[in-house]
Amino acid sequence: MSSIPTTEYLKKCTSACPGCSSSLILRYVLKAAGPNTVLVVPACCTSILQGAYPNTSFGVPVYNVAFGSSAAVASGIAAACEFLGKDTNIIVYAGDGGTVDIGIQALSGALERETNFLYICYDNEAYGNTGMQRSGSTPLGAKTTTTPTGKTHLKKDLDRIISAHNIPYMATSCASYPKDIYAKVTKALSIKGPKFMHILAPCPPGWRYSSEKTIELGKLAVKTGVWAMYEREYGKLKLSSPTIAAIRKRTPIEDYINAQERYKNLEPAVLTRIQQSVEYNLLLLERESREEENNEAEERT
Amino acid sequence: MNESNQATISTGNNAIATAAKDAKVQVVAAYPITPQTEVVEQIANFCESGALDAKYIPVESEHSAMAACIGASIMGARAFTATSSHGLLYMNEMINWAAGARLPVVMANINRALGPGWNTWAEHTDSLQTRDTGWLQVYVSTVQEAYDTTLMAFRIAEDKQVYLPVMINLDGFALSHITQSLTTESDEKIQAFIPPFQLDHAIDVTDPHGYGTLTSSDQYVHIRYDIERSMRASCAVIEETEREFAKAFGRTYSWTDEYLCDDAEVLIIAMGTLGKEAEVAVDILRKEGIKVGSMRLRWFRPFPDLSDRLIGRELVVIDRDYSFGCGGIIAGTIRAKTGLESYNIIAGLGGQEVTYLDIASFVKERKIGKEVWFGVDETKAGYEISRSDV
Repeated sequence: MSSIPTTEYLKKCTSACPGCSSSLILRYVLKAAGPNTVLVVPACCTSILQGAYPNTSFGVPVYNVAFGSSAAVASGIAAACEFLGKDTNIIVYAGDGGTVDIGIQALSGALERETNFLYICYDNEAYGNTGMQRSGSTPLGAKTTTTPTGKTHLKKDLDRIISAHNIPYMATSCASYPKDIYAKVTKALSIKGPKFMHILAPCPPGWRYSSEKTIELGKLAVKTGVWAMYEREYGKLKLSSPTIAAIRKRTPIEDYINAQERYKNLEPAVLTRIQQSVEYNLLLLERESREEENNEAEERT
Repeated sequence: MNESNQATISTGNNAIATAAKDAKVQVVAAYPITPQTEVVEQIANFCESGALDAKYIPVESEHSAMAACIGASIMGARAFTATSSHGLLYMNEMINWAAGARLPVVMANINRALGPGWNTWAEHTDSLQTRDTGWLQVYVSTVQEAYDTTLMAFRIAEDKQVYLPVMINLDGFALSHITQSLTTESDEKIQAFIPPFQLDHAIDVTDPHGYGTLTSSDQYVHIRYDIERSMRASCAVIEETEREFAKAFGRTYSWTDEYLCDDAEVLIIAMGTLGKEAEVAVDILRKEGIKVGSMRLRWFRPFPDLSDRLIGRELVVIDRDYSFGCGGIIAGTIRAKTGLESYNIIAGLGGQEVTYLDIASFVKERKIGKEVWFGVDETKAGYEISRSDV
């Protein structure tokens, strides 16, 4: 992998919270994308952290749009670029609520129409900008301001929904692995058509942990298998090395759960259910990955 | 390529689609809804056959249709869409966004009633609900006017003094689906009439800016006032565009379409096809010795200054719309702008048939200051009507 550029497109002094991982993610997204990029941002933490009019802390044009509209606005931008012969990276940078809830219709449509853009969902597992209300992406058992005793439903499986659209490239990553983010964004932008990335974004005020522990929390999510990192090129699965390691040997899930106040007083039965859903997800990924390997081996022989 | 003007016959919907093609739109994002579907189908056909060099985005909703037009426009492309009724209201958030972002998107709205009950026929309450969004609104009454006004809409919206979106409204079925003669114009003349698309605040990666970022109250107030400033400036642009259109193509349009108004003691005021129907009523009433004229409103936003034309006359205002708890929207607007009371007839809701004879009777029965719902038996509830039909 080529070295990560030193040029910064996310300027200092954003209005992000201390320990914010979504700005860290965006920093590496923009390093990979470079200056010939238009960012489309729906209502989310990123609408806030870029600063107030007329200033912006971003070194690329950023188009702030209505909550549920980002993928559709990007469709229009992509059509205009195509018509005008502009070869510009179009990147939607949206939170989980703007993706799995209010924005999913527009996103699904844009993917189905093979829009030439990259949609990145940074997932802090709640409506952070409005004060941590539950989203469809909030995991089971997590306390938010609208699930004060813990969420009673599982996190929506966004990645399998996206995968069902059969797009050329999709990937998951985590804020604690900036090189992985850089490499995947670089690869995504080299491919024409719809691309999708889902990046876990630990959130100190939302997950209720001390702000210096953001990187640690992200790594724990991956090492415990709660969050899996992989790529799909035209559907074909390729697990990323931190997740391959987690499948081989996992850190106990309690290390991740107990590090966050949002899971405080989690009932053992709920913990068991979380554990089961993590195991099931890893099992599916592992099985699929092994099948891919077998198929490849067969093709070689 | 249209090398010269052509006389043809066309529906209202086809006239809109043809005008969008002739205006060389670059991006079209649209979602089908009755009675607008023919517009979408025609434009899709133009794009696939190569008659129109444009990107057609078959979006999954009207909200996304307007969102995609916003994206295309801010990236520097001429964008167009068409919708109706529920579709218009479904995109309402983005309608506000397009105006607030100062994007000269052009949209045709085929006026249709709102559910429930499920009703696909003409009514103006859909577009009039979006009258406060910063869009210019114009209402047409013939196929030719639909074509001509759509051409003019691009020039008006894209004028630097305006930079606001324009909505062309035509009555569902009563105009969208009827066939009349249509003269289409040559590419050369249209291109001379509509300058190439140029948006000064389009996104430019070599000069990055934040668009639509967090804005303080003081700044916000000024940004909103700028919309009103441009609305006011659009009046001169509309007048100039209509003058230039008459020069180039020989057809004349104005704020209103007036028929025998100069000596009229009574004015019938309406929008859309009912405003055209009123001209027949005027002929009948004139024969009976009633000095009446018809003033069909074309532009509703910006609302024209009609004081000089209205003061001293009795006004019969037909509203094909209603604002519950207040009254007919045109009558209310005239009262707000001129202080004049009218005889306000609420007629044509949900495609209710209103003939020229009905309009003539409105004039004869006028009681200035009163509001009447045409065809309504005030002693009966709606459910009693449907029961008696069974």
